[in-house]
Amino acid sequence: MASLWEYANPVKFMKTSGWLLPVTAVLAAGAIVVGLVWGFFLTPDDFRQGSTVKIIFLHVPSALMAINAWAMMLVTSLIWLIRRHHVSALAAKAAGPIGATMTLIALITGAIWGQPMWGTWWVWDPRLTSFLILFLFYLGYIALWSAIDDPDTAADLTSVLCIVGTVFAVLSRYAAIFWNQGLHQGASLSMAPGTRMDWSYKGPLYLCMVGFVLLFLALVLAGTRTEIRSRRIKALLTRERAQG
Amino acid sequence: MMPDLGTYATEVTLAYVASLSMLAALIVWIWVRTRRVKRALQTLETRLKRTS
Repeated sequence: MASLWEYANPVKFMKTSGWLLPVTAVLAAGAIVVGLVWGFFLTPDDFRQGSTVKIIFLHVPSALMAINAWAMMLVTSLIWLIRRHHVSALAAKAAGPIGATMTLIALITGAIWGQPMWGTWWVWDPRLTSFLILFLFYLGYIALWSAIDDPDTAADLTSVLCIVGTVFAVLSRYAAIFWNQGLHQGASLSMAPGTRMDWSYKGPLYLCMVGFVLLFLALVLAGTRTEIRSRRIKALLTRERAQG
Repeated sequence: MMPDLGTYATEVTLAYVASLSMLAALIVWIWVRTRRVKRALQTLETRLKRTS
């Protein structure tokens, strides 16, 4: 089996991602379309939430990816800091806007669901607040990449920011457990016996979650490929200028 | 074939329209940027090959 570190080579990464990207994109589109159509058109209303239960098929997968995108950025940032693999730093950079969009979708769908169910769009609940701070960290992360010209310095500083922001990614996931207060309920899905959600909802929800994971993977691959090409443009232009 | 969303039709529709719009915008932005950078690299490599 090929070592994972082989993909730190941009040529190897471009070659592998060249066939992996369309496969993941097609699988993502299939899973999301089937999951959302199933969830929106074919699931019954909940006895308490009514039709707002259908928002879960967007809210939970996007919240899942908001946190996991940051986790992926943390891993790739650590790889950059420890082993100085450029592809790793560029993958983290590519994941930033995707994670920010996922966080925004989770915040907006949560607010839209919360208005009729909780009677308010927003409360300064531990989980909601940590999610909002996570979104601000995403914006800061994207801004920091744009603000620094030297790519290695930008990778170093954004990696440090990513490590600091991980506190809020963890809090976003576990705030409801840590503080045991606020409006936001605990995990909707659980492996524990006596799980609370019926399979008529679990089926489309799992499919949407798989679809969002694959979509994230496809978009990160596409974004990383673009960052590698962009880096090559800069290198070629620098070499051209140096040659006069 | 639209399901009956009852009292919460506005909220559910709004959540779907907002989320899918944001996802579509993200995908289009990445796709457009990918094409633009790919084209710029091809143009540059062709130019450099010609001059060398």
